Amino acid sequence: MERHQLLIIGGGSAGIAAALGAFEGGLRDILIIERESEYGGILQQCIHNGFGLHTFNEELSGPAYAERYYDLIKDNECIKFMYDTAVIGIEDHTLTVSGKQGLKKIEGDAIVVATGCRERPAGAIGLKGNRCEGVYTAGTAQKYLNKEGFLVGKKVFILGSGDIGLIMARRMTLEGAKVIGVAELQPYSNGLARNIKQCLEDFDIPLYLSHTVEAVHGDSRLESITLIEVDDKLQKIEGSEQEIACDCLLLSVGLIPENTLIERLGVKLDPRTKGAVIDDTYMTSIDGIFACGNALHVHDLVDYVSEEGKKAGKAAAEYVQGIRKQSELIRNVTGDGVSYMIPQSFHKGEDLEFMFRVNRVFKDCSIHISGQGLDKLIRKPGIVPSEMQKVKLKKEELEKLEGELKWEVIA
Amino acid sequence: MMMVDITIIGAGITGSLIAYDLSRFDLKVLVLEKENDVAEGATGANSAMVHSGHDPKPGTLKCRYNLLGNRMYPDLCRQLKVPYVPIGAYVAATSAEEEVKIAELVRQCEERKVPFEVLDGDEARKIEPNLSDNVTKVLSLPTTGIISPYETTIAAMEEAILNGVELKLGYEVKNIRQDDEGFIINGEISTKVLVNCAGAHCDEITSMLRESPYKVETRKGEYFVLDHLDGSYVNHVIYPVPSVKGKGVLAIPTVHGNVMLGPNSDYCEDKEDDATGSGLDLIRREILKTVKNVPFHKLIHTFAGLRPHIDLNDFYIQEDDQIENFIHVAGIESPGLSAAPAIAKDVVENMIMPKFPECRVKDEYIHRNPFIRMDEMSFEEKQELIGKDPTFGKIVCRCEEISEGQIRDVIRRKCGATTIKGVKMRCRPGMGRCQGGFCEPEVVKILAEELGKTASEITLDRNGSKVCVSAAKEDL
Repeated sequence: MERHQLLIIGGGSAGIAAALGAFEGGLRDILIIERESEYGGILQQCIHNGFGLHTFNEELSGPAYAERYYDLIKDNECIKFMYDTAVIGIEDHTLTVSGKQGLKKIEGDAIVVATGCRERPAGAIGLKGNRCEGVYTAGTAQKYLNKEGFLVGKKVFILGSGDIGLIMARRMTLEGAKVIGVAELQPYSNGLARNIKQCLEDFDIPLYLSHTVEAVHGDSRLESITLIEVDDKLQKIEGSEQEIACDCLLLSVGLIPENTLIERLGVKLDPRTKGAVIDDTYMTSIDGIFACGNALHVHDLVDYVSEEGKKAGKAAAEYVQGIRKQSELIRNVTGDGVSYMIPQSFHKGEDLEFMFRVNRVFKDCSIHISGQGLDKLIRKPGIVPSEMQKVKLKKEELEKLEGELKWEVIA
Repeated sequence: MMMVDITIIGAGITGSLIAYDLSRFDLKVLVLEKENDVAEGATGANSAMVHSGHDPKPGTLKCRYNLLGNRMYPDLCRQLKVPYVPIGAYVAATSAEEEVKIAELVRQCEERKVPFEVLDGDEARKIEPNLSDNVTKVLSLPTTGIISPYETTIAAMEEAILNGVELKLGYEVKNIRQDDEGFIINGEISTKVLVNCAGAHCDEITSMLRESPYKVETRKGEYFVLDHLDGSYVNHVIYPVPSVKGKGVLAIPTVHGNVMLGPNSDYCEDKEDDATGSGLDLIRREILKTVKNVPFHKLIHTFAGLRPHIDLNDFYIQEDDQIENFIHVAGIESPGLSAAPAIAKDVVENMIMPKFPECRVKDEYIHRNPFIRMDEMSFEEKQELIGKDPTFGKIVCRCEEISEGQIRDVIRRKCGATTIKGVKMRCRPGMGRCQGGFCEPEVVKILAEELGKTASEITLDRNGSKVCVSAAKEDL
């Protein structure tokens, strides 16, 4: 059987970075398995600028960012790509892959899952109304436009203020469509502040906060939607319905980490992130299976995905070389205000970075980190759910900690 | 003028099975369907199950055909090479009054020779752990089955076409008149026998020839579809105890490993209205009567189907009492799917064939090849297939793991897919958790290639349901 030190599933930003991290960590036989015929994953359809500000100090397009990263590994003989190949099975550390050459089983000393995420479709939010053509997830509309060269609508309404929806509001406007508005169920936007400014405000596209789409109407193609306001408990306000004519509804209502493959293997998933439960080495509940990038939890910026991929690759390299952390695992516990924590548990003995999201908008607040032997308060001017928080704790701070570590946000 | 022996209006499950049964005989058979595919009406959106026949009122056609149809399905599905799973059903009672109703159903089962077993709540929960704690008694019906209604219909029509039946899609019947030979449809088709399987539009078709003895009212049923789970959520179809309002809200496993929750039942004026609405809210509440731990986080799709109900409260299946050679197959609402094979058999053997006493069974009969199900193949079988045609190695739909080769196959067949929905119904890309978000653009490309069209001409289902509205920058 074909065998490698490390198998990486997915050749997007997380996968490429993981390969680089694993190489830097000492591995010399790394295989990236990619379903498409090119590297870069979803970046290839993100032709707008804004990628790489943190990593390269430049505002690159998605494909350009992918190329920059790819350039770092392309001449590296220790890192190989297997394109046009889908992983269709996993058993222990053996993958079954399918491509035009046939099926093959490949074994790895370790596996990094870098499979990205998918969009929540209309069915998942129970969108009511007709089953007419004209309702798309924003990313699908993006693929049709940027890869196939056609518009899926000319009078567009967008449900959800996720970043892809905002980006598509601008893209479709620039390509000749009229974007009528964006509705957001929450009383705050779910996209990055810069995207609200550059994609909506600069084009005079209204953002309807505390609004949702009650139903879609149309015979063969979408003809209109019913917009409805919601109260502070997100309950629909009767009588606030308004009918808006449009031929296209884009959905930007959430991304879900893609973990079907490892779910079958029995990897424990976090119901909140929908990604794997990991420790500080990015290892999942199954020995030698690592996860990173949007497959682990949905990130705001590709720079963070790359950063995480690199760390996961490095940790996988240590695992392959037999290095294990011996100290006991400490569990992160989410308290009030915190929706999830990455990693879910960790070992003491090193400086560590923790990532989390809040579950509502906080103004003038503190992050309270507490456990036996550790009590820390970090003041913040404000935190919103759409912006991932990162907190570094020093080795010395963690030294005395015992039991579990609780994270909460206090207004 | 096109001359045929028999014309069937409507390519739902009954129309298609009648065509399939007729295709054995040396007859010229034509099927007319106004939509761009078969199974587009009530057949495409229902509970996808074969009821045991325990429930319909005694003495009705619904009862008679349901009982017969239930016995016919396993063989029919084997012959057509489509899935049939004898999954069994539980009718779950939650009160003393409902237990009385169970006792009534037991009597009905005994009279009808429908196999059954009665379990108490705890016994049933051992086998079906997600049954509600309120369930006190269960009527188990092992002969209940699940099928794929559209695959069954597509397969029946494919085999019918292979054996000489002609199918005209996108063909709307606008007028019918009688002449000496039989009937003239739209002034261009002459047929000796006319079979009305037009579902929600049966009364309109009949009205073209005479005052209709029935009026069709559509009733809408809405459903939730849940994604495949690691294990199974329920291992049987779970019914509540039926009430005056109908069968109630069910939890139904599908042959492809999903679970459907529904339906509600609402009068619906518009016969083409496929909109989901407040029914979904009702289902969310009502389903909790019989089951618990509903995995709503696995929700991936909702849909609504229309059932053609006629005011006679039973199926209306007979030759017209005034017009010779005009056969009604009307009011085929629940348990219409379960009854369809028996209806088709009766209509063909007892109503149509006696009109062609000289007609013989054809010497040669062609069986269809099954849809290519790579998920059911071994490693070696897949390997062999990909060796012959590498497109079977290219996975297009990641959620359901459907290859390019499978998609091309369902387009190239007789009664093949011509739309995005047609591909989805036949081999499932777009049925999974991303609902086509990733694969739909690929399916559009493959359809365009196979059909010799441009991507901008490809539709979801009906004419006008194009994906592409314009080329980028066209309006700038």
